Amino acid sequence: MVSRWFLRALVAGYLLMLVAWPVSLVATNAFTNGLDAMVMVFTDPGVVHALQLTVLVAGIAVVINTVFGVAMSMFLVRYEFPGKRLLSALLDLPLAVSPVVVGLALVLVYGGRDGWFGPFLESLGIRVIFSTPGLVMATAFVALPLVIREVVPVLTEIGTDQEQAAKSLGASSAQTFWRITLPAIKWAVIYGVVLSTARSLGEFGAVKVVSGNVLGETRTATLAVEELYLNFDQAGANAIAFGLAMVSVLCIVVVGALRPRHRI
Amino acid sequence: MTWAPTRPETPPADLEQRPLPRGRPLLQTNLTTASGIGLGVAMIWFSMLVLIPLCAVLITASEGGWGAFWSTVTHPQTFAAIRLTLLSAAAVTLVNVVMGTLIAWVLVRDRFWGKGALEVLIDLPFALPTLVAGLVLLSLYGKDSPVGLELAYTPASVFLAFLFVTLPFVVRMVQPVLEELEVEVEEAAASLGASRATTFRRVILPALVPAITAGAALSFARGVGEYGSLVLLSGNLPYRSEVASVRILGSIENDNLAGAASVAALLLVISLAVIVVLDAMQRRVADRG
Repeated sequence: MVSRWFLRALVAGYLLMLVAWPVSLVATNAFTNGLDAMVMVFTDPGVVHALQLTVLVAGIAVVINTVFGVAMSMFLVRYEFPGKRLLSALLDLPLAVSPVVVGLALVLVYGGRDGWFGPFLESLGIRVIFSTPGLVMATAFVALPLVIREVVPVLTEIGTDQEQAAKSLGASSAQTFWRITLPAIKWAVIYGVVLSTARSLGEFGAVKVVSGNVLGETRTATLAVEELYLNFDQAGANAIAFGLAMVSVLCIVVVGALRPRHRI
Repeated sequence: MTWAPTRPETPPADLEQRPLPRGRPLLQTNLTTASGIGLGVAMIWFSMLVLIPLCAVLITASEGGWGAFWSTVTHPQTFAAIRLTLLSAAAVTLVNVVMGTLIAWVLVRDRFWGKGALEVLIDLPFALPTLVAGLVLLSLYGKDSPVGLELAYTPASVFLAFLFVTLPFVVRMVQPVLEELEVEVEEAAASLGASRATTFRRVILPALVPAITAGAALSFARGVGEYGSLVLLSGNLPYRSEVASVRILGSIENDNLAGAASVAALLLVISLAVIVVLDAMQRRVADRG
């Protein structure tokens, strides 16, 4: 079959030129200066601080989004309430909004000088923009729908039979959730968490707007890559970029391998 | 037995797709007190994080009146950036409709060695930090390009970056629908004398249209708002390779929040339109199953 081979070659060639080849070049570039250069970059105090901040911010954002996502999915699938369809559409909004618009939106509301709530929060001693809470909010915003989009279809598909059986046998709502519902949606939640983690670690545009890059204090890993690159430290930029790329590749490969082939 | 059936039964999963019948009270709900409070807390967080800030963008943009909005958006440099963004996003969406559907087709219907690796390649642009995506493309299409294609700092670099970051959307929307599609229907069409082209056009394509449209809407939105992958790749040259989100960031850095909000509001309206299309198409995909 000529057409089959043609399609295979076309798809493989397209993905090679667009993704595989460029990504592998970054990997080789990261190692051209040897391991020593790499170790030097990752022991630089500024870079270490940026990595720690990234892990902290992404960690908090992922926890918030997981709890919010699983709860929201339960409300959307298991309950009826007015405005449900509108809410379900609005929850997809972060997928379609530019990261820069996300950052701007947060600055307009939580900016310390003339935001809507910013001055009030600042008078309570809470600084959001140019500080860690702002980074967490920006990160949580962009990754918001990922858990929900994985969990909702699975919750819909498993139905309510087992939950009702558990209830009729005397289980409380909490028991039913922890022992029946959660195990059934486990893989969807894990997949959602992994996608959120990858997205959160790599967020750049929204974080850049709210960070203000205050003396390196609010510099995350992606911001550090930009700064190194613009300061002509290509080796350093490549090393951190390679590290970030490795984490996201690992996320995808591990989950792809762990997840049962049959999608539930 | 402790469980008393006082609560209305939760609706079966397939019921929620249908609108509530007319004549029932407007506040049709089966929320219990506890779940109602939970939903309330979740809604407060969602409003604080997403809804109120996005409203702030629209309100700030409208504060100066229509004239101020219009003069900001039609400022030559801004207008050039918006035009480049929209044209590139539209072109990339077209490419994705064709290539995304093809890739999904090959992944579902064909079996060959290395298919698993292709699956990983599809998800990679979604998981890769956008800034790193720019750096990655720069390595093959930047200065001293190994393939002789120096696209960095040209308008084509915008197209390339959009193409990279939007790769998964159409593929991942179409793939599950194609998996569900029964081969028997195609065989029936073929046995009734339909050519392969006719079978594709009359049987397969109509089933895929909602998924393709949903994927296309997401790619368009993602392209229009893209920022991270362009920072290092396009050089952000005014009138040449500068896109709308870079203009917004420039205004923010110059402390011109009102100007930034005007352009942001334009992008936000596009995002909202995309969400409406996405919602309608996802419902059609779900109905089919």
